[in-house]
Amino acid sequence: MKSARARVWRRTALLAVLLLAACRATPDTSHVTTLTFWAMGREGESVRQLIPAFERAHPDIHVRVDILPWKGAHEKLLTAFAGDTTPDLCQLGNTWVAELAALGALRPLGQRVRQSRVIDASDYFPGIWDTNRIDGTLYGIPWYVDTRLLFYRSDLLARAGFDHPPASWAEWAQQMAAVKRLVGPDRYAIMLPLNEFEQLESLGLQQDQPMLRDDGRYGNFQSAGFEQALRFYDRIFQQHWAPKVTNAEVPNPWAEFGQGYFAFYLSGPWNIAEFRKRLPADVQKDWATAPLPGPDGPGASLAGGSSLVIFRHSRHAAAAWALIEYLSQPTVQLRFYQLVGDMPPRRATWKFPALADDPAAHAFRVQLERARPVPKVPEWERIASQLAVTGERMAHGELTPDQAARSLDRHADAILAKRRWVMDHGVPASHAQGAP
Amino acid sequence: MKHALARVFVNGSLAWMAACAVLPLAWMLSVSFMQPAAADGLPPALVPLHPTLENYRALFAQTGMGRYMFNSLLVATLTTLVSLAFNLSAGYAFAKLRFAGRERIFHALVGALLMPAQVAMMPLFLLLKWMGLVNTYFGVMAPMLVTIFGIFMVRQYTRALPDELLEAARMDGASEGRIFVRIVLPLIKPIIVTLAVFTFLASWNDFMWPLIILTGQEHYTLPVALAVLSREHAQDTGQMMAGAVVTMLPVLVLFVALQRHYIQGLLLGSLKG
Amino acid sequence: MNPRRLTGWMFAGPALAVMGVFFVLPVLGGFVLSLTDFDPYALANLHNLRFVGLGNYLALLERPAFWSALGNTLYFVVAGVPLTMLLALGAALLLNQRLARWQGFFRTALFAPVVTTVVAAAVVWRYLFNTRFGLVNSWLAAIGLHPVDWLGDPHWAMPTLILFGVWKNFGYDMVLFLAGLQAIPGELYEAARIDGASAPRSFWHITLPMLGPTTLMVGILTLAGYFQLFAEPYVITEGGPLQSTVSVLYLMYNDGFQWWDLGVASAVAFVLFALIFAITSGLLALTRRRGLA
Repeated sequence: MKSARARVWRRTALLAVLLLAACRATPDTSHVTTLTFWAMGREGESVRQLIPAFERAHPDIHVRVDILPWKGAHEKLLTAFAGDTTPDLCQLGNTWVAELAALGALRPLGQRVRQSRVIDASDYFPGIWDTNRIDGTLYGIPWYVDTRLLFYRSDLLARAGFDHPPASWAEWAQQMAAVKRLVGPDRYAIMLPLNEFEQLESLGLQQDQPMLRDDGRYGNFQSAGFEQALRFYDRIFQQHWAPKVTNAEVPNPWAEFGQGYFAFYLSGPWNIAEFRKRLPADVQKDWATAPLPGPDGPGASLAGGSSLVIFRHSRHAAAAWALIEYLSQPTVQLRFYQLVGDMPPRRATWKFPALADDPAAHAFRVQLERARPVPKVPEWERIASQLAVTGERMAHGELTPDQAARSLDRHADAILAKRRWVMDHGVPASHAQGAP
Repeated sequence: MKHALARVFVNGSLAWMAACAVLPLAWMLSVSFMQPAAADGLPPALVPLHPTLENYRALFAQTGMGRYMFNSLLVATLTTLVSLAFNLSAGYAFAKLRFAGRERIFHALVGALLMPAQVAMMPLFLLLKWMGLVNTYFGVMAPMLVTIFGIFMVRQYTRALPDELLEAARMDGASEGRIFVRIVLPLIKPIIVTLAVFTFLASWNDFMWPLIILTGQEHYTLPVALAVLSREHAQDTGQMMAGAVVTMLPVLVLFVALQRHYIQGLLLGSLKG
Repeated sequence: MNPRRLTGWMFAGPALAVMGVFFVLPVLGGFVLSLTDFDPYALANLHNLRFVGLGNYLALLERPAFWSALGNTLYFVVAGVPLTMLLALGAALLLNQRLARWQGFFRTALFAPVVTTVVAAAVVWRYLFNTRFGLVNSWLAAIGLHPVDWLGDPHWAMPTLILFGVWKNFGYDMVLFLAGLQAIPGELYEAARIDGASAPRSFWHITLPMLGPTTLMVGILTLAGYFQLFAEPYVITEGGPLQSTVSVLYLMYNDGFQWWDLGVASAVAFVLFALIFAITSGLLALTRRRGLA
């Protein structure tokens, strides 16, 4: 009797031990530090090619790059934060830095920058550097800058009677109307995917009024400026200049652009490399980039880009910092630009001929001077995704621009309710659990 | 005449319905073997003209499917083994062993069957985070380690065993553990197989919970990996179909091989419900 | 203590303990969570957590997105459950005929969709119904019909998902109906035949009533399952177009795991549970009164 029962218990205990052993990470007993580095999309694929040189220079550090698709990246980051499974360092869209900093997830980097011989704060574009400074503390090092511009088919514009890209909304509307008349009912002048918010966001940033008011406590979407943006966006769809589709229905926008399905496309610098790679040779002379037109003249655009951040719970902060310093060297940044097409945030890197002499990059250099940050509130991602939802409803005729503005303000005010309470009564992030 | 017509109608209808049921799966298989350009072509092709393994090769080389397959296999197998141990012993206890509150607890369990699993997911996530088990294999397995349905099935089946058999063994001085292992288990072998098939399939196909608990790619199971890939690689039709085939094939094969047990289990569980 | 009682606890104890920790505890915790405004601020620091009582539930009542999700889910259930059951009953009746051949083969083929992984099948569905490149539209064009914007038109997206649900699940109901049909004693049909009853008559007066309990059970199982619509919108339509395929669980997933508003999401989960419970209890009570169960 005893032996059978004891056998069962021993087997169960053994099984439990095996299970736990299979499940927990094995402790690192070698002398090599393994860094986990989360990078997104094209940047992730390209940075992998820069790692071997770093590992050769630092034989005691091994870097594991996990590539996240942009689509679920924000979700993954928050989930990792919630579940205490954050990596050592990661690429972070600079609109998300404020959010993670507010949650107390990031390590302050000011001290390390002051002691660094590679990273010189004054060499960076000040506006970009500033997006990483939250409440006076520096949480990220800019890795690349990005903004949204106009990619356009110069041959289609020429056939429609224009020899230069638009410089204002009025001219842009004129050109879109002409292109649409030229291409007919089955093709379009511009592609504005209805489940993306960056396009409407860019139009909003071009206005004089900010999109949130009172230090980010309330929505300001019923301002004259944003209502103007909504009306323009609405007009593009009501005139059928853009198809009412999401990016899921156009899985291959590069091929569609090459075939002239649309003539204008709002996108970022990484697509310079993508278009050069994917479009056939005979189409390469037919596309170009131009800064975004604004309501009355050349317009502003997102001050986007990504920073490199170190998570508070990382146990390899020194090694992570070494990698950040490596990736911030001008020569490495130049190589990165050549791999991806993302623009460097340091003036020193811009001086290299490869960038200084690239015509497609020139439009970005110009636009960067007019880049504006989005509101630095942790809830911005959520409010921005509401921009896409409301914009879609407006495009389908469910809402007028006025109703859309009111709806956006209602949503923003509801989303920001907790922020208002925390600002008045709550505990700020500097008091978050887990000291640096 | 009427007889023949009726036969044609019945069999014809069945054949047509079966074709509709299987068509999407057949198309999926077909596209997975097409040349990458042909798969995206217009109008869509039905049969590959030049069958190729390129999609599978690219899938495994570029997306790490091999790893995800291993994860799915590991999680499904471990879940099946562990949950069998728990469900069998508990089901037997509810059927044949008396203990305080047995009936009341059982009724509570059956009532809890109505509760959708999602109600528990968020706090379970927080609990596992506190235990440090987010993004681990154990985290994925946790909700399926013990299933009410499993205990229910085992109890139903085991109740039919004659009490005299067990009493006789006890008179002979056999321990409870010995009775369970030597007498009961061999007698309920059919339900063990059924439960094993059920659990393996359910674990392999599970989607929402692994999506939540797995924050890093290295532990992804096939359904999660496929869902992530489908949002990212939408333009590679051939590759996506290859991924779908790889995800579905093991369970389809298992099902066809053991369908008798699976369906019997279905009936046993539901009819008594 | 009676050694056999101890044995009972030793056999059932571990399972009950695991269930207690990984199911009962979280469910209770979920209820408590739903009474707070747990969100990322609270994740950062628990001092930012507030107790709001029924505030989350009341806020849901005033939230258009919730009602919209509820409406979408009810649409899916009200259309999907009867369609699935009718198709399943039809298939079961056909399979049960003595005239049918290759029953094993047909049963396997008809049941195959049930076993497939939802995510994989959903991916296939998405490609089949793509507006420009999908097989379904190319067939419609081949027979001269206008192509339908299955997944891009807000009016067609949910029907496409319903079609998916029916295809995927009817085999399950079919097997249950088949078992129910096979449990009807043959003598009843013999007696009816001797009395001169026609086939439709014996169907109406024998088959249907005898299938009562089976039908109720199939109905409840299918109903409860369809209320938990999630994987299909997640993989096929991402909630769109125009949020027309956002189900209650999809909303819960977004609130809870995209934005980490765990308090609100828990409230949504409990509302769903209450709904399923109320409807199935109502069904059971209704049929008990009618004397079917």
